Amino acid sequence: MSSDKNQFLIRLTILTVAFIGGFAIMSVELLGGRILSPYFGSSVYVWGSIITVFMLSLSIGYLSGGKLSIKNPNPLTYSGFFIVAALLLLPVILFAEGIMEQVFLVVEDPRYGSLLASLALYFLPTVVLGMISPYSIRLLVSNQSHSGHVAGQLYFVSTMGSALGTLATSFYFVLWFEVNQILWGIIAVLMTAGLAVMTVNYVPALLLARVQNHEN
Amino acid sequence: MFLLMNLPISLVQAEVIHERRSLYRDITVVQNGPRRCLIFNVRIGDRNQTCVDVDDPEKLVFSYTRMSFAGLLVRPNPKKILVAGLGGGSIPMTFADLYPDAQIDIVEIDRAVFDVAKEFFFFAENENMQVTIMDARVFVKRAALQNKKYDYIVLDAFTGDYIPEHLLTREFLEEVRSIMEVDAVLVANTFSTSQFYDYESVTYQNVYGEFFNFKLPNSGNRIIITRNQPLPDRGELISAAQQISSRLEKYGIPILEYPARMSTSIDWDMSRRVLTDQFSPANLLRDN
Repeated sequence: MSSDKNQFLIRLTILTVAFIGGFAIMSVELLGGRILSPYFGSSVYVWGSIITVFMLSLSIGYLSGGKLSIKNPNPLTYSGFFIVAALLLLPVILFAEGIMEQVFLVVEDPRYGSLLASLALYFLPTVVLGMISPYSIRLLVSNQSHSGHVAGQLYFVSTMGSALGTLATSFYFVLWFEVNQILWGIIAVLMTAGLAVMTVNYVPALLLARVQNHEN
Repeated sequence: MFLLMNLPISLVQAEVIHERRSLYRDITVVQNGPRRCLIFNVRIGDRNQTCVDVDDPEKLVFSYTRMSFAGLLVRPNPKKILVAGLGGGSIPMTFADLYPDAQIDIVEIDRAVFDVAKEFFFFAENENMQVTIMDARVFVKRAALQNKKYDYIVLDAFTGDYIPEHLLTREFLEEVRSIMEVDAVLVANTFSTSQFYDYESVTYQNVYGEFFNFKLPNSGNRIIITRNQPLPDRGELISAAQQISSRLEKYGIPILEYPARMSTSIDWDMSRRVLTDQFSPANLLRDN
């Protein structure tokens, strides 16, 4: 495989998984309202809590993802974001009931109850999902002059992913599946995205090394 | 002009006496002769939410409001009553008038509705009748934690335009069941049209087993009446109706006609999925 072709494949993979990251963020956010409503209602402040927590987590994720990209940016770390985010979503399936029940018992006011529950459930996975965008840009940028163009492309695909994640989840997924089934789907897709990043970055290099070994 | 053409006819002749936009909806109070009505979301064509005759405020104007008292045939003389959804307050006011010693809790999500009920619909709290501004699901969960129990629960939290999906699930109905006394009755004002009827029926059946399906000709409403014990037979309903009918006369509740309309036969598609906290796309289902 020529290096150019390989580069193209890597860029395409990064843009695709950034799309998936954006999709996952909004799909999880939308399900957040459904998950919290049995304990805190579905009032406007429940949505306020969820959106606040997602915005806060994303901002922290952007900052720390950018910082991580300074020293030795590499695809392995990048794929790690997807896998770690997927793992951090597991508690939303496995322990949400218990966590919300505890919050419900301790906090009387459903505004702060929903805020606290959102923090407990969504803060960590969303921070990690937020790291994807700045790190993607660092991996895609090869010289300063086109960095704005690359950033634009990246925002485009990840925000399109978010738009589609919102639409698909609210129009169709909740009609076809149970909430936890959708979450399992998101976890599986994030895992696959992480593995795909590793595969396109390391397998061609390994193959190349083997070919070279044979030639020697 | 376009807007006017979309308005319900009654509104064109009626005078708008109050308008308020709340967090949840637009509230309009209109008056047409002696009839004053509360309407939610006029612009998208909602019908009257509740009405009162200002010359005779005790009379219940709507058939579904009157039907909400059919639960008295199953549980007469309730001492502890919970009403979810205040509207104009006519259901709790009637209870308070009928049973002055009963403890009546009302849960309403929208403070603006509470204010309008007080200002325009003769609603007033008293020491036995209190309103809590809260989501009904949260209220019921808290009540269960505090071991509160009720004899008579009315679920009337559906405005027609948007269905609160977390108030239709098996888990919610189980929570409601946990705050019912052994012989308590549950009266739910529900949807009678569209395929949503099937989903709702299947869900109630899943939690309560048998229920009375109470419908009147000329009324779009279907009231579900049930309890934790086996339901009384028609003879018991009729004798309960005879005992109480004279007390209900002044509200215009034709209770003697009700037993014949309360049916336990299944007229819905039993193959529908039960609505749960995991699966409750109520608003999507209704439109399909």
